[in-house]
Amino acid sequence: MKKLMLGNEAIARGLYEAGASVVSSYPGTPSTEITEFAASYEEIYCEWAPNEKVACEVAFGASLRGARSACAMKHVGLNVAADPMFTLSYTGVNGGLVIFVADDPAMHSSQNEQDSRHYAIAAKIPMLEPADSQEAKDFTKTAFELSERYDTPVLVRMCTRIAHSQSIVELCERVEKPLGEYVKNAQKYIMTPGNAVKRHPVVEERTKLLARLGETTELNRVEKGGSEIGIITSGTAYQYVKEVFGDSASVLKLGLVNPLPEQLIRDFASGVEKLYVIEELDGIIETHVKALGIACAGKEMFSPLGEFSQTTIRKAFGMQTAEPVALGSSIPVRPPVMCPGCPHRGLFYALSKNKITALGDIGCYTLGGAAPLSALDSTLCMGASISGLHGFNKAGGAETEKKTVCVIGDSTFMHSGMTGLVDVAYNGSNSTVIILDNSITGMTGHQNNPTTGYNIKGEPAGHVDLEAFCRAIGINRVRVVDPYDISLCESAIKEELAAEEPSVIISRRPCMLLKYVKAKPAAVVAEDMCVGCGSCMAIGCPAISMKDGFARIDPTQCVGCGVCAQLCPTGALTCAEG
Amino acid sequence: METKNVMIVGVGGQGSLLASKILGALLTGEGFDVKVSEVHGMSQRGGSVVTYVRFGDKVYSPVVSDGEADFIVSFETLEAARYVGCLKKDGKIVVNTQTIDPMPVITGAAEYPYGVLRELKDKGVFVDDIDALSLAEQAGSAKAVNIVLMGRLSKYFDIPKEKWEAVIKQLVKPQFTDINLKAFELGRDER
Repeated sequence: MKKLMLGNEAIARGLYEAGASVVSSYPGTPSTEITEFAASYEEIYCEWAPNEKVACEVAFGASLRGARSACAMKHVGLNVAADPMFTLSYTGVNGGLVIFVADDPAMHSSQNEQDSRHYAIAAKIPMLEPADSQEAKDFTKTAFELSERYDTPVLVRMCTRIAHSQSIVELCERVEKPLGEYVKNAQKYIMTPGNAVKRHPVVEERTKLLARLGETTELNRVEKGGSEIGIITSGTAYQYVKEVFGDSASVLKLGLVNPLPEQLIRDFASGVEKLYVIEELDGIIETHVKALGIACAGKEMFSPLGEFSQTTIRKAFGMQTAEPVALGSSIPVRPPVMCPGCPHRGLFYALSKNKITALGDIGCYTLGGAAPLSALDSTLCMGASISGLHGFNKAGGAETEKKTVCVIGDSTFMHSGMTGLVDVAYNGSNSTVIILDNSITGMTGHQNNPTTGYNIKGEPAGHVDLEAFCRAIGINRVRVVDPYDISLCESAIKEELAAEEPSVIISRRPCMLLKYVKAKPAAVVAEDMCVGCGSCMAIGCPAISMKDGFARIDPTQCVGCGVCAQLCPTGALTCAEG
Repeated sequence: METKNVMIVGVGGQGSLLASKILGALLTGEGFDVKVSEVHGMSQRGGSVVTYVRFGDKVYSPVVSDGEADFIVSFETLEAARYVGCLKKDGKIVVNTQTIDPMPVITGAAEYPYGVLRELKDKGVFVDDIDALSLAEQAGSAKAVNIVLMGRLSKYFDIPKEKWEAVIKQLVKPQFTDINLKAFELGRDER
């Protein structure tokens, strides 16, 4: 049977067909749907872990016990999971173990543009890179076979255009993989120096064997075309190459991108007049080719920045591209914004109004850094708001402590914010930490997390009590505010900044997009009372605009949160009670 | 057959993913090779979003690039203009006349280009503008804008109406089938 499938859905199908039985992940665009789709198969135990390191270790444990296991994450998630992954390379596996990592060239939804292939090289782990949904499914199955045959974890690298593109997939049946035997093997699995010293040469030997596999495996293939131009490529870049050149150029398509073959490349290069390497992000294949002493063109023609398209390639080869229609009108940009009724808005307004320095974190609330709220001062990585604030305050002392806070979401706090809060409590900075608890992992599309009390399938699960947790680690001042109440937010922030000990403010209200949250009647503007002062515009709500000197509410967008009404100095803007 | 390209553009949250799902299922059913490329994550939060649908005998690239789109279906007025560089010389734009102010317009940093569809037409671009929001409301739900636009797009496709309707029935929740079929009809036959 054939089905149009998202790349991520195809991976989930591959997990199913391969007989995988344990998948643990932390959501992250563009990898999230791998685990969401996997959870739709009864045969696979799936979970949202608090972070990628935990997810990778869960996969390790399941593999150790003999199951085919996997974890999935975005590229920056692999930074978090790198610690277990590097040593997993030494221990190897019992049941097959596959780590899916999704890069985000062009940063559609990410804070950097790192190329995960560097990790495969550094950790000496084989990496496969599919170029469409069919390959995403097939390579997933191959990855498990390689994992077991070569006793290694295997990385499968996705990117946004493969993960979030649908193409046609031929479905197969699941082949059950019975749970393997667990036999204690201290030399293999206890990575003390004495044992690890013996495992490292095994890893080096394995890499040689895998490089040899790269010479003959079907994962790498030559598509013979014209001999004038030869192109070495992989992943989504392969599709753009074929789009432009069809069969007129010869193509070496690499599916096993670590380790890279030698002889295959030499043979391919010798059969073409001019060799090009076309790869998104860094010039990793190119560096390898040049190290073999083979001349090729690569990054001098193709940028290490952003995504490619067929136009990128046409332009690089000096081919004709379309003349765009020139418009006189200037088209304003449309950046993403916090939704109408977003519970973060009221709290951000309180911070912005009081000119408070706020270290931010990763989530929907990162959008609070944009105008007109402009409420954030930094965004680095998951969890960095709290530990960053601690450092900021340690450096700046009492004066800084009185006017600086940090904001972090509930899921991000569980991910890696809580260790920073332990540092605040343990090493005693007088920090004011605001947890924006919208009762869901928002930006990635509503995944449950340990604070929601539900699991990946929406079934009741364990529930982390944020207040009790903060108190237990030594924060005495913990209070909860409703972010829809601006004056309450302001007074809470002022009081906690003034307090002589660290404190946590939990700004709690569920995400407006959650199904169980019901919208209230839209706000209304009494035009005879509106003086057109624009006070209501300060919160950057997409439902409010100024037309003909009056505030105007878009009733199709407004959810009646009432935050704007609190800003209106004349009482012209009102929301129905209830 | 040479690969055909459709772009579905709009504002995050307008329901363009269902539109691309319908096109994907329809075209797969017709036996074409199909690729659909979507945007998830941050851009979905009220940002400008674009979905590519490509079909033909063999489709390689999942994206539609400069001057390649046979159709741009825009859920919002100025978004049609944003992506016009991707339109083929003889390509067609199907556009919902609804306007949604982007944040720079809301904050007063920019003006909404109200005359942009007129300008496109004056430059000889084929623009089929349609008040999809009113038609959707007429059908019974403002959320059916996506189906109204699919109805209009269907006029330009050589695929029987019944096949579109069958796919819609298959993909929308049963309780919304009637509203969506009416929305499709209104989009297809209006004017």
